[in-house]
Amino acid sequence: MPRNFALKVITTNRLVEGDAVYLTQAGKWSSEFADAEVFADLGSATSALEKANEQTLFHIGAYLADAEIDPSGRPRPIHYREQIRSRGPSNYFHGKQAEAANV
Amino acid sequence: MYRYSEFDELFVRRRVEEFRDQVQRRLSGSLTEDEFKPLRLKNGLYLQLHAYMLRVAIPYGTLDARQMRQLAFIADNWDKGFGHFTTRQNVQFNWPKLADVPEILEALADVGMHAIQTSGNCIRNVTADHFAGAAADEISDPRPTAELLRQWSTDHPEFQYLPRKFKIAVSGSPRDRAVTKAHDIGLRMVRNQRGEPGYEVLIGGGLGRTPMIGATVREFLPENDLLAYVESILRVYNLHGRRDNKYKARLKILVHETGVDSLTHEIEDEFAERKKWFAGVDRELVANLKAAFEPPVFDLSRTRAFEDRKERDSDFRVWTDTNLSRHRCSAYAIATVSLKPIGGTPGDATANQMRVLADIAERLAHDEIRVSHEQNIIFPHIPKDKIPEAYDLLAAAGLHTSNFGLLSDIIACPGMDYCALATARSIPVAQDISRRFHDLGIERTIGEMKIKISGCINACGHHHVGHIGILGLERAGVENYQITLGGDATETAALGDRAGRGFSAEELLPALERLVAEYLRLRDSAGETFLEAYRRMGPEPFRAALYPEAKKLAA
Ligand code: SF4
Repeated sequence: MPRNFALKVITTNRLVEGDAVYLTQAGKWSSEFADAEVFADLGSATSALEKANEQTLFHIGAYLADAEIDPSGRPRPIHYREQIRSRGPSNYFHGKQAEAANV
Repeated sequence: MYRYSEFDELFVRRRVEEFRDQVQRRLSGSLTEDEFKPLRLKNGLYLQLHAYMLRVAIPYGTLDARQMRQLAFIADNWDKGFGHFTTRQNVQFNWPKLADVPEILEALADVGMHAIQTSGNCIRNVTADHFAGAAADEISDPRPTAELLRQWSTDHPEFQYLPRKFKIAVSGSPRDRAVTKAHDIGLRMVRNQRGEPGYEVLIGGGLGRTPMIGATVREFLPENDLLAYVESILRVYNLHGRRDNKYKARLKILVHETGVDSLTHEIEDEFAERKKWFAGVDRELVANLKAAFEPPVFDLSRTRAFEDRKERDSDFRVWTDTNLSRHRCSAYAIATVSLKPIGGTPGDATANQMRVLADIAERLAHDEIRVSHEQNIIFPHIPKDKIPEAYDLLAAAGLHTSNFGLLSDIIACPGMDYCALATARSIPVAQDISRRFHDLGIERTIGEMKIKISGCINACGHHHVGHIGILGLERAGVENYQITLGGDATETAALGDRAGRGFSAEELLPALERLVAEYLRLRDSAGETFLEAYRRMGPEPFRAALYPEAKKLAA
């Protein structure tokens, strides 16, 4: 694996709610980044992405996002855009951060 | 106040039904996302980072209490209880669900509002001076003109697929509060030597990737020639504007590449033709519109209520000194309600606050509300006698921040906290600046200061025309903020100069503190504003304050 290849997850926004979701190993969409299936090579990531994009009745079109593994062994976003997207806005306690707190 | 005609009503309702059908077809899978996306954008519906965003037009920033209450209702029912007022005099809802949007549009139609032409390559919501009809220095109310342009441009068959979006602003005062020099077409109402009303016409202004100040193509256009002339500009642009490159498609690039003189010739040639078709057509319409925008009947009786309260209540006095502007009628004032609480999100109002604003407008201020491009709310006509009562209601709702025109009255776009196009966040930057300078307690010492922040090169936060402009970018995977200095959005419009390398989020606040401290040290009197000082001394002393390390290196 090339040194600068970041791990990938597949993400999109749901059609009705518009919120960010992540593709899990079971082929389901989860609203948690940490649930995402992690791809270690571009080939398998790309083919999984193509498959996900064959069916867009549920979502608006998926893409690959960079990930790294946190100390507990689960993926987390690297780029601040994906961090904000996986958490919610910073000016209000809205979005995923609030949903997580409600569980 | 102007009310939509039956024609408008029918048109808007039909569009809602059409969109309801399109949403259904998308949900059932008979439309793909690629097919659906342009349709939703035509109805003001964007997909952002966390959810959809619905952008609702507030033509020339004018609302009445009933409409403001409806916005509150929408915020409560389909959003998280707030709305965001933008630099385009629009309001945005950040959390609607796709399936609910037709119902939201229906609720808007009930009060004569819609989200049409808030997106896409068409003539967008026409903006106007938010003090229209009220300002003491006004030559003529710009809103009949804005409304005429709105009616003319709505669904205009020739201009639905322009090379790029097209923005028009109208100002009716010598003091330009509508940023006319940063629009595709800027119209400034003037009078010629014989005292007849008309327009100075500017074209090719714009911010964004390639910022430019508009150039005058007509010093004086007689009032009656307006539509023929504007249509001529649009025709020339529609024909020659570049469609091969999105970044070169705006009118400003055409002006830049072709030159103002040759473009002026083309416009004038076209106009000579067009004029025949327009002879007199719009005159009756304009007369009707002017009547519809007649100011309310002003109540000139006065007591001492206003002065008495000022004498005994220093908070009230500070607010009135800061947030009131001169009305054309001495018994009245124009009140700016700041949507910039210290440490808050610029331009946001809660549903409850919207209802308070509606109540005040209805009971105390002739049922008129304006939204400014500076993301504040304005009561254009409030009798001085009623101001103490209005102030108490505002204070109870947390809407009494006394900072209009001061440093913490910051313009900020939503940035990466919401916007899918952003390269960095802008809201937290605004919050930090507002808190810090408030804590330092030097805002009033500094005086007039316009800080404007954009979260990407699209410049929705008008950073190029901020006295201090801040542009959020990405550098090597982290947020980086570039500062421009000396920008100006008024009749003396200027683009700010880039100060130098960008700052990390942590470096930014200390850098701004150094900058402001240096200004305070160097200004020639307490009355010299930051912008004046910058114009007098040029960028060097300010650059030196921002980049002290450069001085050390040189030494
Ligand atoms: S300037 Fe950029 S980040 Fe800010 S609202 Fe406009 S497009 Fe979004």
